Amino acid sequence: MDDAEFLDPFARLLDGVSSPAQVRAAQGGAGISALWSAISESGFLDALVPEEAGGVGLTLRAVGSLVEGLGARATPAPVAETMVARALLAEAGVATPAGPIVLATGSASRVPLAMVAEHVLLDTGRALLLCRLDEGNRRSAGVPGSLAADLAVSGWQTIERPADGLRPIAAVLRAAQIAGAASRLLDMTVAYANERSQFGKPIGKQQAIQQQLSVMAEKMVMARMAARIGTGYALLPTPAAAATAKSVASAAAVDIAAIAHAVHGAIGISEEHDLQLFTRSLHEWRAADGSESYWSAILGRARLADEASTSADFIRTLSSPA
Amino acid sequence: MFDSFTLRALPPEDEALREPLRALIAERVAAQPIDRRARSWMGFDADLSRALGAAGYLGLTLPKRYGGQERGAYARFVVSEELLSVGAPVAAHWIADRQSAQLILHFGTEAQRQDYLPRICRGEIYFCIGMSEPGSGSDLASVRTRAEPVEGGGWRLNGQKIWTTFAHHDDYMIALVRTSGISADRHQGLSQLIIDLKTPGVTVRPIVDLTGDAHFTEVFFEDVHLPPDALIGEEGAGWAQVTAELAFERSGPERIYSSIVLLDAWIAHIRAHRPDDEASLALAGRLTAELAVLRAMSLAVTARLAEGESPVIEASLVKDIGTGFEQSIPALIADDLGRHPDQPVAPELVRALAFATQIAPSYSLRGGTREILRGIIARGLGLR
Ligand SMILES: Cc1cc2nc3c(=O)[nH]c(=O)nc-3n(C[C@H](O)[C@H](O)[C@H](O)COP(=O)(O)OP(=O)(O)OC[C@H]3O[C@@H](n4cnc5c(N)ncnc54)[C@H](O)[C@@H]3O)c2cc1C
Repeated sequence: MDDAEFLDPFARLLDGVSSPAQVRAAQGGAGISALWSAISESGFLDALVPEEAGGVGLTLRAVGSLVEGLGARATPAPVAETMVARALLAEAGVATPAGPIVLATGSASRVPLAMVAEHVLLDTGRALLLCRLDEGNRRSAGVPGSLAADLAVSGWQTIERPADGLRPIAAVLRAAQIAGAASRLLDMTVAYANERSQFGKPIGKQQAIQQQLSVMAEKMVMARMAARIGTGYALLPTPAAAATAKSVASAAAVDIAAIAHAVHGAIGISEEHDLQLFTRSLHEWRAADGSESYWSAILGRARLADEASTSADFIRTLSSPA
Repeated sequence: MFDSFTLRALPPEDEALREPLRALIAERVAAQPIDRRARSWMGFDADLSRALGAAGYLGLTLPKRYGGQERGAYARFVVSEELLSVGAPVAAHWIADRQSAQLILHFGTEAQRQDYLPRICRGEIYFCIGMSEPGSGSDLASVRTRAEPVEGGGWRLNGQKIWTTFAHHDDYMIALVRTSGISADRHQGLSQLIIDLKTPGVTVRPIVDLTGDAHFTEVFFEDVHLPPDALIGEEGAGWAQVTAELAFERSGPERIYSSIVLLDAWIAHIRAHRPDDEASLALAGRLTAELAVLRAMSLAVTARLAEGESPVIEASLVKDIGTGFEQSIPALIADDLGRHPDQPVAPELVRALAFATQIAPSYSLRGGTREILRGIIARGLGLR
């Protein structure tokens, strides 16, 4: 199956249920039930579940651009997270609960979209715990528009933990979401630059603006290439690949958001403009599951530990797929 | 947008080039001090270039009938990567192998191909690029160096080129010159000429750079008489040819590996002196991650070249980010070393760092400046 054959229906589905107006409503507390039932019915949630277990049996590599598509729409539901959780649960032979599942990669971190999830797959460092979420064990940090929450869970089912835990895969999902939002922001910002006139011509005709947009394009391509390094696996990326993906995508996210706002001027700051749906998400994903500095230190440690190789040798396995 | 940037793998048969090449360069390069290796594509070593030619590592993309290997852009990527990653002195053959040979293959006559290409493949003849002039840097279309047709055939050339890398060591220049009209005609009336640098009337003067090296030059042409077959490609088509040529110049791994010898020397320093320093680890990781992503991007552009396309915009994008990355390395490493003022640093590393620091501004100048590349990207974005 080629990319388009697989992606186009998913993209159309998302456009129907994850438009900017629908994202706003969900972020305002309206819930995600319509969105969730449409996505559940589509079967995409089992994309990563092995065929023997009743899934579609696709690799993360194959669905990477689908995760980018979720980022490109700031979809307010943990679709990618649930896909990964369902695959891990199926592999462990555990029955999967129906609703949205988020991934919590540490005890202290705020978990994106936990306010609209029904379960969490939590990495304790020793095991994975599948826990139900309800009003009692999740607390919003009260950041406007954010559906992230701090969790205090109990009552669980224990599952064997993959060697490197959940954080690498979670970081890669964030990187792919960043890449998707970056691509959307570039389209929006270029379109705006061609539309908005000052000094008698579109601002996009000003060289200073062109140079900023070129840098934005560069950062977008970097974020996307980084994300694809992370998603280039069957399911779980190596920590080095995840570190490459997340450190580059997180760093790019900051610059991309900054340029998008700079070019939009004041209108982009306003609540009514869609820009902020994506730039707010970029900042949240950038920090979630380890920022660029967190992952850089991990990769640096791996690099130093590999005494035999040059940098070129070390990165070669990262920068082209297995 | 920019959908051609996808992850690409190198074919196994091209990967297989690495091991034998490593053996060849190990003995010639490994013993060189770091600060010598840090010069890499500014290091001129004709012996090495001939050895590479003899072993079949040059002309990888050229047809066998011209002495090439008929392997393609991926093979060239592998060989470039191996040479640059250890800091081999590749300057002698680099420009001929990377762009002059492509130009001659695509636009030259059969006689020109048979004359030049086999010698390029053997690593025997070296080329330089005569684009820039004192009044024509970024505004390349304004070149004034002029070739007039002379009676009985051939050309009479007058003018001046500048910043021409290694003209003082090279055999030939491929120059962008005006053959008709005036500089206000811009892209019309430009042509490319192959100039034998030993022709009477050609004067080459090295220009010493801020590191004390002399790798670029100024070149003067005074009534230089050139034969008819000095013209490469079509008269008046020089601009289109130069644009295609620049995609080869801008996309390669050299745009990400210029500071890599320094990076590896610094990593060895950290490993030896303070392997648990969190800030140094984070910096090493950050640079490693960026390098991995840039390599994937460079490989994606190579894939387009391998498919016979001319990815001008993508190549500009990779060159701009790649040179920014290369330039960031010496400044970041200097900061890291300076964070430990009481820790000794090997003199070789100090010299390599000083060299890279001083020469780094050139990374974003040679091959087209940052601003010009961003203008090309903006065109790709539909803004101009
Ligand atoms: C190490 C080295 C090796 C080189 N080797 C060669 C070689 O072998 N052959 C060769 O032909 N050339 C060579 N060059 C020259 C190189 O291609 C030129 O330096 C480059 O094209 C810029 O031209 P310039 O230096 O005249 O700068 P200028 O064109 O004068 O530019 C100066 C500054 O103004 C900016 N600028 C100019 N026009 C614009 C514009 N329209 N919009 C925005 N900003 C603008 C530039 O980006 C730059 O920042 C080499 C240069 C270096 C440093």
